[in-house]
Amino acid sequence: MRYLPKSSSERIQMLDAIGVRSTDDLFQSIPEKFRLREPLPLPGPLSEIEIIRYFQARATENAQGYSSFVGAGAYRHARSVVTDALIGRGEFLTSYTPYQAEISQGTLTAIFEFQTLMCQLTGQEVANASMYDGSTALTEAVLMAVRISRRRRVLIARSVHPEYRQVLRTYAKNIALQVEEVGFTDSGQLDLGALAKNKLADAAAVVVQSPNFFGVIEDLPALAEAAHAAGALLVASVAEAVSLGIVRPPAEADIVAMEGQSLGLPTSYGGPFVGVIATRQKFVRQMPGRLVGQTTDAAGRRGFVLTLATREQHIRREKATSNICTNEALCALATTIQLCLLGNEGMRELALQNLAKARFAQAELEKIPGVRRVLTAPAFNEFVLEFPRAVKSVNDALLREKIIGPLPLGAHYPELAKCALVCVTELNSRGEIERLAESVRRILEVPV
Amino acid sequence: MNPNSAETEASVAPAREAERHISQTEGLIFERSAPGKRGMELPPLDVPAVDAVVELGRDLVRDTIAGFPEVSEVEVIRHFTRLSTWNYAIDLGMYPLGSCTMKYNPRVNEHVARLDGLVNEHPQQPDEVSQGCLRILYDLEKCLLAITGMDAVTLEPAAGAHGELTGLLMIRACLESKGNPRKLVLVPDSAHGTNPASAVMAGYQVRHLPSNARGQIDIGQLRQAVTEDVAALMVTNPNTLGVFEHDIADMAAILHDRGALLYMDGANMNALAGVVRPGDFGVDVMHLNLHKTFSTPHGGGGPGAGPVVVRKLLEPFLPVPVVTRNENGQFALDRNRPQSIGRMRAYCGNFGVLLRALAYILAYGPGIRQATEDAVVNANYVRKGLEEYFELPYDLPCMHEVVFSDARQRRHEINTLDIAKRLIDYGFHPYTTAFPLIVPGALMIEPTESESKEDCDRFIEAMRAIAREVETNPELVSAAPHSTRVGRLDEVTAARKPVLRWNSYR
Amino acid sequence: MYPTSYRYTKEHEWIRVEGSIGTIGITDYAQEALGDVVYVELPKLGAKLRAGASFGTIESVKTVSDLFSPASGEVLEINAALADSPEKVNQDPHGSAWLVKVRLADPKEIDGLMDSASYETYVAETTKEKPD
Repeated sequence: MRYLPKSSSERIQMLDAIGVRSTDDLFQSIPEKFRLREPLPLPGPLSEIEIIRYFQARATENAQGYSSFVGAGAYRHARSVVTDALIGRGEFLTSYTPYQAEISQGTLTAIFEFQTLMCQLTGQEVANASMYDGSTALTEAVLMAVRISRRRRVLIARSVHPEYRQVLRTYAKNIALQVEEVGFTDSGQLDLGALAKNKLADAAAVVVQSPNFFGVIEDLPALAEAAHAAGALLVASVAEAVSLGIVRPPAEADIVAMEGQSLGLPTSYGGPFVGVIATRQKFVRQMPGRLVGQTTDAAGRRGFVLTLATREQHIRREKATSNICTNEALCALATTIQLCLLGNEGMRELALQNLAKARFAQAELEKIPGVRRVLTAPAFNEFVLEFPRAVKSVNDALLREKIIGPLPLGAHYPELAKCALVCVTELNSRGEIERLAESVRRILEVPV
Repeated sequence: MNPNSAETEASVAPAREAERHISQTEGLIFERSAPGKRGMELPPLDVPAVDAVVELGRDLVRDTIAGFPEVSEVEVIRHFTRLSTWNYAIDLGMYPLGSCTMKYNPRVNEHVARLDGLVNEHPQQPDEVSQGCLRILYDLEKCLLAITGMDAVTLEPAAGAHGELTGLLMIRACLESKGNPRKLVLVPDSAHGTNPASAVMAGYQVRHLPSNARGQIDIGQLRQAVTEDVAALMVTNPNTLGVFEHDIADMAAILHDRGALLYMDGANMNALAGVVRPGDFGVDVMHLNLHKTFSTPHGGGGPGAGPVVVRKLLEPFLPVPVVTRNENGQFALDRNRPQSIGRMRAYCGNFGVLLRALAYILAYGPGIRQATEDAVVNANYVRKGLEEYFELPYDLPCMHEVVFSDARQRRHEINTLDIAKRLIDYGFHPYTTAFPLIVPGALMIEPTESESKEDCDRFIEAMRAIAREVETNPELVSAAPHSTRVGRLDEVTAARKPVLRWNSYR
Repeated sequence: MYPTSYRYTKEHEWIRVEGSIGTIGITDYAQEALGDVVYVELPKLGAKLRAGASFGTIESVKTVSDLFSPASGEVLEINAALADSPEKVNQDPHGSAWLVKVRLADPKEIDGLMDSASYETYVAETTKEKPD
């Protein structure tokens, strides 16, 4: 087997040295009756070429060559080939968590840069070395707000990603954490009026997403003011981080929980992504996840170490801030590289291109009779359209034309049964957008 | 000219030269920044440009991202390439971190994970155009079930600890469906810290079980500890000493008799794959660390994946979505499962990690048993080579890893961390230090199957040399490492006065 | 080594009583066992402490220990200087690195604690049991 560096005679030499006759002798501690006699019923073994063929065949069963207008928390953006070239280096790819700082300065330095970039993007003072993804980052941010405020009720906007809310509910259910939802207005923003009525008084946090699930930008300064007046924290989720190239950062929030996928990771059928928690310096000890800090060695040379580890499970065990052990280091590295390539100007241009493409698409689609935008507050690269008939029938017809249409909203929002969420990024060409509009027009012209 | 001073200079010269080397003096990317440089350009906009202030309003627009780097492509390449050379990696040599299973990460896995048609698929695209992704998930599920001998599986958890929480929530939901979720989770004192932390997140109190004189769970004590309040026992098997819990089936019986469940931490599955199936010895729930046993790269700390396999009685409680296959062979995601614990994360798992694990399993097929056997041979070979030099606190047959203690070296005031740091100078990554907690001054060594006999011999030779140095020149060991770009770093100041981002550095 | 006017707990805290006010800190043995102290988490002013119960935590780089109160009472003052200079706990544990001052609920409570001589014996025995 090509991954195993031993010949049969070396195996025998090693067994001799150990002082046993056969490998079986090394498994004597496992009760005899449980030891397998037959080979496992697994496919393979496959050579490298066969493995590639298997996965190439799977790729053809997917949406290769389709145009897509789905975002909803996972975004297709331009990624430089430089990113994969660098994260493919074995020194990054095949290293472990940087506990041994002297031989992990590459990873540690890059994470320190990542933490810095995340602070700059979000307008916060500290950012951790990353979480699994945006959904779990949001949940952990809420648990953090509960620890800080010592209150056990959270108000979450219905305009937060539905799957993020489901994750929060899964975690909250068994630890006596009350989760209440707050609706949205016709503009698509959180209903501040409903928030006031919702006894803010003993809430740990108000939780919003901006741009929210409908693509709409929330009024964070007003939300922060309302939350703070009641002694609650404002937790802001960012699912489309590219928006931060042009949209005002969530600096008023007390905790930002971000999905960093759109900053340099492929959509990869939903993972791996990279979550981020950023917050104020004063809350750092309540933060979950790893942190890298700067220090020096005995000779005064700058170096980086994992720090404030006493928050974490391997030391505090059942009293830890979280059970998280992983960070998505390689994803964080990819994001760091992509952001360094884009730089300040590139991020701005990227965000502006998304804004322009989305506006163009919106204008083209709104020309179609019966199609109109709803939830109309200022939005970034996603917007909600209402169709004159069930979205699924439109999408089924689009799929036959190799177009993945906008995400139907009815499953999560019954009141938006005829609505769909359109996402347009810089990767959707003008031609693609025009083809989408033409197809939708044609489909709607055919009587049901 | 004073010959003595010349000699002194010559002996320190190499270190100084290294410090002058530009690959060693690389600063932070922010320190290379200059306004107007950039490393990536976009195609020109093919639709009318918009004014952000007009579109969003003045209040919602930012003018700049203060402090963001501005560098060219070549600078990015050089910066991160130089940084990479400051890391140790499996690709460079043996990485015997106990409990971490740092095995070779096959390159074909990286190749297939980046195929167009897989890497750019969207998690919300319709199932009818995701059949390839779903088939990959389905095939991996079948493989993991075959390897573990369990009945059902979720691939959703993003990491081992996330899998632990998922498994415990399923236990809770299952017990609750029978009327009482119960209060306690039993955790042996040799367990990973994630176990108690996960139990608390699942709403349980933790009761610690002390290990017996053999470093194992004591059946008598367990029998007493399992009351009507106990929901589950979390056991790592083989345990963190690398020893198979011989009485595991009896433990399962005790728990099952009293309506409790057996959770197995699968962190050490690399000792078992192909040799024994946890489903056969009474395990109800277990998670697998695909980044350990199934070779997906650690990448400096993640991403990983922590699938959870369960027995039939827990299947209704699997998190949503679940991959299904109908009679026509069509795959779909089932999100409508009334008894499900809910969702553990958005979408359906770390697909990019999952497909690498499948590529690994396909490469071995049933031959995965050989990998397990080689891992156990290597650990026992290293043990044999070192047992005259280091104290074995528990002299039990070990499987894929061996745990020594620094008891002999401590007489010379050298501890496990010093020895670990000295190992760096010999070109090896350190073993795991100071874990498990039940062994004071532990040296936890897991060579994995990826090491040749020659590399095992080199490692043994290095460890023996250090053991001799401890006796003849302990200062050399306590001041190690001597060959790295930076020496031991001041962790105390880092924690007292945290500097966690660049702009607070002068 | 250990001031004779203080009283000591088995968890290695000390208390100094002046009238109805008690000043609480950790002992030299405790700071030595912890190593370099990097952070001290103290209760809020006005918090009610219970004898024998945890009132905060003290951290070194890789350990966290609970702080157990030698007596019951209400927190009147906390040592704010420790926030910026936790190293004081290592330098002057019996003096300037006191942790909290409390208004004692029952000054007689401390009668059950060790005096300096018994504490020194206790430390000597503890050290003997754990040669490491």
